Amino acid sequence: MSEKKFSKKHEWVSLDGDVATVGITKHATEMLGDIVFVEVPEAGKAVEKEGQAAVVESTKAASDVYSPISGEITEGNKAIADDPGSVNTDPEGASWFFKLKIKDKGDYDSLMSKDEYDKFCKENPS
Amino acid sequence: MEVQKTALYNYHKNLGAKFVPFAGYEMPIQYKDGIVKEHISTRTHAGFFDVSHMGQFFLEGDETLIESLEKIIPADLKNLKVNHSKYSFLLNNEGGIIDDLIITRTEKGFCIILNAACKENDIKQISQFLKKNHKHLLNNDLSLIALQGPKSVEILEKLIPGVANLKFMTGSNFEYEGENLYVTRSGYTGEDGFEISISNTKVEKLIDYLISNEVKPIGLGARDTLRLEAGLCLYGHDLNEKINPVEANLKWAIAKKRKEVGGFNGWEKIKNLLANGSEKIRVGIKPDGKVIARENTKIFSSDNNEIGFVTSGTFGPSVNAPVAMGYVKSEFSEIGTSIQLEVRGKKYGGKISELPFYKKSYVK
Repeated sequence: MSEKKFSKKHEWVSLDGDVATVGITKHATEMLGDIVFVEVPEAGKAVEKEGQAAVVESTKAASDVYSPISGEITEGNKAIADDPGSVNTDPEGASWFFKLKIKDKGDYDSLMSKDEYDKFCKENPS
Repeated sequence: MEVQKTALYNYHKNLGAKFVPFAGYEMPIQYKDGIVKEHISTRTHAGFFDVSHMGQFFLEGDETLIESLEKIIPADLKNLKVNHSKYSFLLNNEGGIIDDLIITRTEKGFCIILNAACKENDIKQISQFLKKNHKHLLNNDLSLIALQGPKSVEILEKLIPGVANLKFMTGSNFEYEGENLYVTRSGYTGEDGFEISISNTKVEKLIDYLISNEVKPIGLGARDTLRLEAGLCLYGHDLNEKINPVEANLKWAIAKKRKEVGGFNGWEKIKNLLANGSEKIRVGIKPDGKVIARENTKIFSSDNNEIGFVTSGTFGPSVNAPVAMGYVKSEFSEIGTSIQLEVRGKKYGGKISELPFYKKSYVK
């Protein structure tokens, strides 16, 4: 599995061959607060880079989760839909949102590294 | 207008509060623990809420004050005993709700607790009915602290002996730190608890005491989930000037005597609605699954006709499921009626539910 890359909308991506795993960052969960609802996409759905792919809701509000990469969904993580609170506990591990077969590795290469993302969060506090 | 702050603003900051603008004030939405933990600790232990942004409006006058207030408030103020409180509202000429409120009879008149966002307009509306010899004051020198949860009574009794004798919706004067303090047994969470009216100069000392007794600070976020589980309305969402008490399913809050005799704003309309029912009515709603039906979610019948809309919706931490309130056409208001909720373009099943979602535990 490749190193994690990060988007400005607070998603992370890791790549295994041409299959990417996408989730939301720890920083995102801290901004959202207690997560109480998650909707993940069905396998077969086509998503565009920066297009809406999933939904996450905290006690406060609903937010869209975007795919940082174009491709076709191969799997949504049903476990987090059943237990939304698990996203708060392990956002960058077991609580990934979806996997997709990517079209263009360039999408992945253009994302931020961990250091770049941390710097981005510091400069753009919500 | 400049953003206002309560006397406890810096105290909240030191407690790690996250602030949001609310009704012209910077108010804590949550603290470090987050909404769910704050909610649960209120239900299992006790929490305190700074509700000093709400208006504490005092009125004094002779018996004509009652006549004046009864023109805009449909409570039986004539028979309201000193130190007793009622939930009621200000009504406009159409019977619409200008604000919902708690009114308490005092030795010299009344004290009305008004919603922060409405208080200035409320005072204008009330003033229209006041006479020259009626005195009124919006007291900004007082803070208002709600202490809510099962341990509230034990904790407050140690500090202010006598509060344990208060029954739900009654109050009394007490002494604290050489000053007068007014405490009512009331609140807006469905839990036993108190609202404490205390001078801005003494409020930090009171909070120090509460915190030393493991009482957690609770923000507006958990205040919202708590009141929604308790089936209580939030003005500006579940209630507004175009909604009357019959539609709001709050006709219980119009005094029996006033229902018979009337003599308040919108009476003709309300009399008619009391006799014939309203076209739409406020109901509780439980989505079947985990989906949260938030404010403005459209409600459909099982055969796909649009029948209403959600006015408040969230995840209820103590119910451990999503909960909502909204308005539906009255013929769909029976408990258990299957409905559909349109969330992000997709329809999800749900049912009309009893209110409250969480059983209240008031000390009556």
